[in-house]
Amino acid sequence: MAPITVTTTINGEAVSYLCEGDETLLDVLRDRLGLTGAKEGCSTGDCGACSVVLDGRVVCSCLVLGAEAAGREIETIEGMADGETLHPLQEKFIEHAALQCGVCTPGILVAAQVLLARNPSPSEEEVRFGLAGNLCRCTGYDKIVRAVLDAADTMRDGQ
Amino acid sequence: MTASSENALKERQFKIVGTRPLRPDGIDKVTGRARFGADMTAPGMLIGKVLRSPHAHARIRGIDASKALALAGVKAVVTHADFSKVGADLDDVSCNVMARDKALYDGHAVAAVAAVSGAVAAKALRLIDVSYEILPHVTDVEAAMGADAPVLHEDMFTSGIRPKPDRASNVVHRHEFGHGDVAQGFEQADVVVERHFTTAATHQGYIEPHACLGSVGPDGQGELWCCTQGHFYVRNACAAMLGMDLSHLRVTASEIGGGFGGKTTVFIEPVALALSRKAGRPVKVVMSREEVFRASGPTSSTAMTVKIGATRDGRITAAEAELKFQGGAFAGSPVDLGAMTAFACYDLKNVKTVAYDVVANRPKQAAYRAPGAPMAAFAVEGVMDELAGKIGMDPIALRLKNAAEAGTQSSYGPKFGPIGFVETLVAAREHAHYSAPLGPHQGRGVASGFWFNFGGQTCVSLNLHADGSVALAVGTPDIGGSRASMGQMAAEELGIDYDKIHTIIADTSSLGYNDISEGSRVTFSTGLATIQAARDAITKLCGRAAQFWGIPEDAVVWEDGHARPAGANAGDFEPLSLAEIAATAAKTGGPIAGHCEISAEGAGVSFATHIVDAEVDPETGRAQILRYTVVQDAGKAIHPSYVEGQYQGGAVQGIGWALNEEYIYGDDGRLQNPSFLDYRIPVASDLPMIDTVIVEVPNPGHPYGVRGVGETSIVPPLAAVANAVSAAAGVRLTELPLSPPRVLEAIDGMAAEDEA
Repeated sequence: MAPITVTTTINGEAVSYLCEGDETLLDVLRDRLGLTGAKEGCSTGDCGACSVVLDGRVVCSCLVLGAEAAGREIETIEGMADGETLHPLQEKFIEHAALQCGVCTPGILVAAQVLLARNPSPSEEEVRFGLAGNLCRCTGYDKIVRAVLDAADTMRDGQ
Repeated sequence: MTASSENALKERQFKIVGTRPLRPDGIDKVTGRARFGADMTAPGMLIGKVLRSPHAHARIRGIDASKALALAGVKAVVTHADFSKVGADLDDVSCNVMARDKALYDGHAVAAVAAVSGAVAAKALRLIDVSYEILPHVTDVEAAMGADAPVLHEDMFTSGIRPKPDRASNVVHRHEFGHGDVAQGFEQADVVVERHFTTAATHQGYIEPHACLGSVGPDGQGELWCCTQGHFYVRNACAAMLGMDLSHLRVTASEIGGGFGGKTTVFIEPVALALSRKAGRPVKVVMSREEVFRASGPTSSTAMTVKIGATRDGRITAAEAELKFQGGAFAGSPVDLGAMTAFACYDLKNVKTVAYDVVANRPKQAAYRAPGAPMAAFAVEGVMDELAGKIGMDPIALRLKNAAEAGTQSSYGPKFGPIGFVETLVAAREHAHYSAPLGPHQGRGVASGFWFNFGGQTCVSLNLHADGSVALAVGTPDIGGSRASMGQMAAEELGIDYDKIHTIIADTSSLGYNDISEGSRVTFSTGLATIQAARDAITKLCGRAAQFWGIPEDAVVWEDGHARPAGANAGDFEPLSLAEIAATAAKTGGPIAGHCEISAEGAGVSFATHIVDAEVDPETGRAQILRYTVVQDAGKAIHPSYVEGQYQGGAVQGIGWALNEEYIYGDDGRLQNPSFLDYRIPVASDLPMIDTVIVEVPNPGHPYGVRGVGETSIVPPLAAVANAVSAAAGVRLTELPLSPPRVLEAIDGMAAEDEA
């Protein structure tokens, strides 16, 4: 089968690529476009390490086909900071030591960003449920939850 | 160490140590720039995939790869025949990397292929024809010890028993630890509690699957990029398996996406190199999650009996344990470590532990955070809890009454130096959590735990740049923020700003051998080496200042980042900063660097006490953790945030082990749950905040008092959670995991007993 030509928007920029029909969006991002911030932890949609935003929704990019991205808007961890200026979530994750190994961090940041966009004042429980699709094995989540709550505070103050 | 020097360590004021600076790799990790194992590529790169046995135990009659090799895009196939014979120390590792005459577990590698794409490689795997003769298998530890169990290794005769057995078996060895006379001790007891416990095998569960990129050129020179806790070990193992000189293989450690002990060995790394050598192109191999579960190392499943006797006032008179751990298809389960740590918290006159190392048709176990200790503590601390209940004593009071202190002869042999166990118990007892009220169906559990902590071979270089900044090269992969703590220790010692230190993990050709990042050894050993390397640099800095001033070297001292004359007699000179001395290095003798090569001794043991509240739903048997507090001795917390992180992470892995996690095998010997869907690790919504208390009883073996902190935190939680759930359910639970059906069965069984 001939490869499929896909035109889409990634982190605000128009992007075109070729992909096979059975190739996942995660494989396209990592192997074809060099956007290796999204990680493959399971390839079955259970760990959330490959989370990206597709038309405003958090998705596991391992469960989306590359061909399905045509005409959509994709945001990845690489687009979260504004140049050298980190997003408040990114700053708070470093400040709170909310990462140890850091491999789940891109996915968790992406999920947290969408969570705060929908609910700027989440409770601890809402943060916990909002991030329940993202596995972290190092931190026990404590510092992650605190960082997200603190970032929410900062972002509300900034508005 | 004298009492006054111990006090000096306690009283020492630090400028940078003990603060919470930002980690140097933070920005890379929150922006997606950090490069992990699977993030590297190379020109001309092929993709390698591994063919794995679908059988738990089978003789391999033959492997025919001709059809795979004929497929367009396939560049190489390797089997065990492509690897060199290795010494006894690596023989099992090598046989685990690639099966020889037998496949010993579901998932055991039997061949591998390199092709132009992952899709072609996957297709090629299906074309490799392996002829298996299926053999009977065994996966349960006690069944594997049975006289009629299928034997995995015809040359395995149990050591440590007399007379020497004349039949091969699955029992590797029997070892015994302890002192005193337990029979006599039990006679003196007023109360004796004896229980049998089991725990399921669990996986370290790192989120990043094993990944590597290997390249061997026609000149025999090799390079390997991989996620590992110990790239020097990886180099040695791979070089041996490929028959290469150590100097011909340069291994670079990528960022590592979790290890917890599971990345202290090799699986795919030698395979990538062998494929690359055969294909003449770089080969990348990345495990799938299913492969991680089926073929990388989980920990042991266990069966344990513990018996403790005490007087009515709570003095333990005797303690005995029998531990049986299966470690997968090869010798080396952590049962001895379990036996040595089991009673290490306590000051006992009569103690005996017996350890059986057992093989079974499961993946070769790999280290998992304080290997062996959490299971042993689960059994011992469960009996301690029951004992406290029987004699009507507070569980912390019972532990305090029997607590090991400095000078206690440990249950595994040596006498303890200064230790902080009592301090953790007292801090736990005084914590608000311990006296907080509980609601219906809620229970509180406490448990304590011990871990040795290790030192080991360590080599560090510290290079001073002309602008006064410093490059610190260490050889222990950073698995939990160690670049930050190394930077802090170097800055503290040199007297310069933390931001001036740049710490890297050097490759295997740039530094001498470094042991693996394991055994909670990094902050201790690499920290010790960093401090000594900084002191070495300071000696040289003072020498340059002396030369500049024209005074003797011993008339110069280093204070607050400056060389100064030692006193009025030495002369009157303006202090010279590190940056000033470094700037003129070219004219005063060339580059300035500090080095340290040591085999670090004196790692301080550590103790923890955990408190946990759980609620059990009596209708479903589901247990929920409501509140959790970790109290642990860190010796000295270099970066308290990352110490807390170790406490919290260990506790939560322990919660998962206690409540959910389990390797489930079918009757066919195949792993039934090799995915994160069916092997359920804790998620954020399962948990409360994890409170921490850092106790600091300095370790005299480290200049700042550091003890390892990474592993002790997973020792108490299995027991603490089981004690809490048992209290909430009203019935003693002795089998992990405490899954809802199991808890419900225990509740229903108790109700049936009450009715009868």
